[in-house]
Amino acid sequence: MVENQRWLDILAHITLILGVVVVAFPVYIAFIASTHHPVEFMSGMMPLLPGDNMVNTYTEVLSGGVRAQMTVPLTLMLTNSLIMALSIAIGKIVISILSAFAIVYFRFPFRMTAFWMIFITLMLPVEVRIVPTFKVVADLGLLNSYAGLSIPLIASATATFLFRQVFLTIPDELMEAARIDGAGPMKFFRDILLPLSRTNIAALFVILFIYGWNQYLWPILVTTDADFYTIVAGIKRMADVVDSEPLWNFIMATAVLAMLPPVLVVIFMQRLFVKGLVETEK
Amino acid sequence: MAAITIENLGKTYTGGVSAVRGIDIDIRDGEFVVLVGPSGCGKSTLLRMIAGLEEITEGEVRIGERVVNRLEPAERDIAMVFQNYALYPHMSVRQNLSYGLKNRGTPKAEIARRVDEAARILEIGAYLDRKPRALSGGQRQRVAMGRAIVREPAAFLFDEPLSNLDAKLRVSMRGEIRALQKRLGTTSVYVTHDQLEAMTLADRLVVLRDGEVEQIGAPLEVYRRPVSTFVAEFIGSPAMNMLDGEVAGGTLRVGGASLPVGVAPGKVKVGMRAEDMRLAGLGETAIPARLAYVEELGAQRLGHFEVEGQRLIAAFPAEQALSDEIALTVDPSALHVFGADGRRID
Repeated sequence: MVENQRWLDILAHITLILGVVVVAFPVYIAFIASTHHPVEFMSGMMPLLPGDNMVNTYTEVLSGGVRAQMTVPLTLMLTNSLIMALSIAIGKIVISILSAFAIVYFRFPFRMTAFWMIFITLMLPVEVRIVPTFKVVADLGLLNSYAGLSIPLIASATATFLFRQVFLTIPDELMEAARIDGAGPMKFFRDILLPLSRTNIAALFVILFIYGWNQYLWPILVTTDADFYTIVAGIKRMADVVDSEPLWNFIMATAVLAMLPPVLVVIFMQRLFVKGLVETEK
Repeated sequence: MAAITIENLGKTYTGGVSAVRGIDIDIRDGEFVVLVGPSGCGKSTLLRMIAGLEEITEGEVRIGERVVNRLEPAERDIAMVFQNYALYPHMSVRQNLSYGLKNRGTPKAEIARRVDEAARILEIGAYLDRKPRALSGGQRQRVAMGRAIVREPAAFLFDEPLSNLDAKLRVSMRGEIRALQKRLGTTSVYVTHDQLEAMTLADRLVVLRDGEVEQIGAPLEVYRRPVSTFVAEFIGSPAMNMLDGEVAGGTLRVGGASLPVGVAPGKVKVGMRAEDMRLAGLGETAIPARLAYVEELGAQRLGHFEVEGQRLIAAFPAEQALSDEIALTVDPSALHVFGADGRRID
């Protein structure tokens, strides 16, 4: 540290605490709202202390008793989200680790062209290419399907890039030693590269899972059949009510529940996640 | 175990850069051959071509009776020890040793036997279940050698295996590699830029320069009869003194002294080993020299002199007193005379 002064420490802590408050307050509000009766929001005032309706709200949300509001049970939306998030995370990792392997370890014609093509997709996230992508997905008959939800989000360069960097830090001698030890390319990939990128895969999985889970625009576009609603998009639909007040306590309870899976993923994979991001020694 | 025959071997990279060319070496069964040369001389490329890690563009390599040009490294029946050890970081020492055997489908019992045998020879039994990162440099080096030994290959290839170790460990590992190779009797090719390592390890030295063989011979042969000024200055420490001289009328004039020699007239380079130099006695042909400074080595002292604007080093016993102006001499038989092209003249 540059200086070790008490007031600097205090200042740093205040800044950090303010940051935490800014991030945590909306979550707190959501949770508080989910513990009140729906009538209490009519006044336009947001209660700041927990109410007495928590058990009731959550049992009803979880048991699917709020069909009037949601048209689909919460568990189905959670399952849909889970399937989408997992497909995106796993699909991206599989595709990108294989393409990085090809680009780093094989010499083939137009290798650099392939690399730059992948690189260029970095500039084309779903939001930019959303109309043509929708057209393609629709023509392929993938609307209202898990494939339609996840495949367009799987192709991406970021992960390929990350794995390429990881592979470049692995000394060539390891590959040469493996060749002398009689390991063919796929065996080398499985026995050496995969275990060595284990922590990076974990870190990427956490990031991609959350990315997939939080998808909002795309699911809203490609799903019209309620059976394929995802939770994040579902929340939005819950608030779109005609001729009545939205049941904010249920909506907020759903939001809180929607936050749980990413939080659990982070908590359980935290150790690997941090290791994957900071570890440099190979 | 097998002989390795290298014939007219060359490597030209796409783009026309030639790394090595016209290499002919016959490595006998069980021989320890050291490839030595300054960085960029092509010694590692040559080794990697034998290993199969570098494509051969001209000539051929035979291991035993087989031409191996087109074979994968794993099919060449060789084992290689890398400079940075190249141990698989996520595997235990035992797994590192057995990985190659497992890939070959060696039976489990046989793998266990060979790993235990190698562990015993290299004294690494105590940490067979550790990961490489928990080992010191010297231990990793042993494991890397163990990985080569368990394969029981026709030949060991060493690519500067000791350069990552500290000086003391390097000397002791050097001895161990030598002892091990003698005991196993496996043909070995060893690459180093360290001439001392090369001298102490080799049955035969191959001195490389700019991708070509400069000299092949037993270490002492190379030391005593270097074929060129390049070899003369590269092998031996301190490097051989090299003074400009001129031969006229059967007399060599060098550093202010005249010596009778039987070579053709012309400009020459005259090489003298530091340990062949001594103080001139009365009436002897002498080279007058001015002392610049003295390096104390303990067992000897090295005098650095200036002779007609050229530098010259001479070794003396530790107790030898040296004055500023001194007369040095050398036995005519210990002179190495090289022509203007740098080749030896006899």
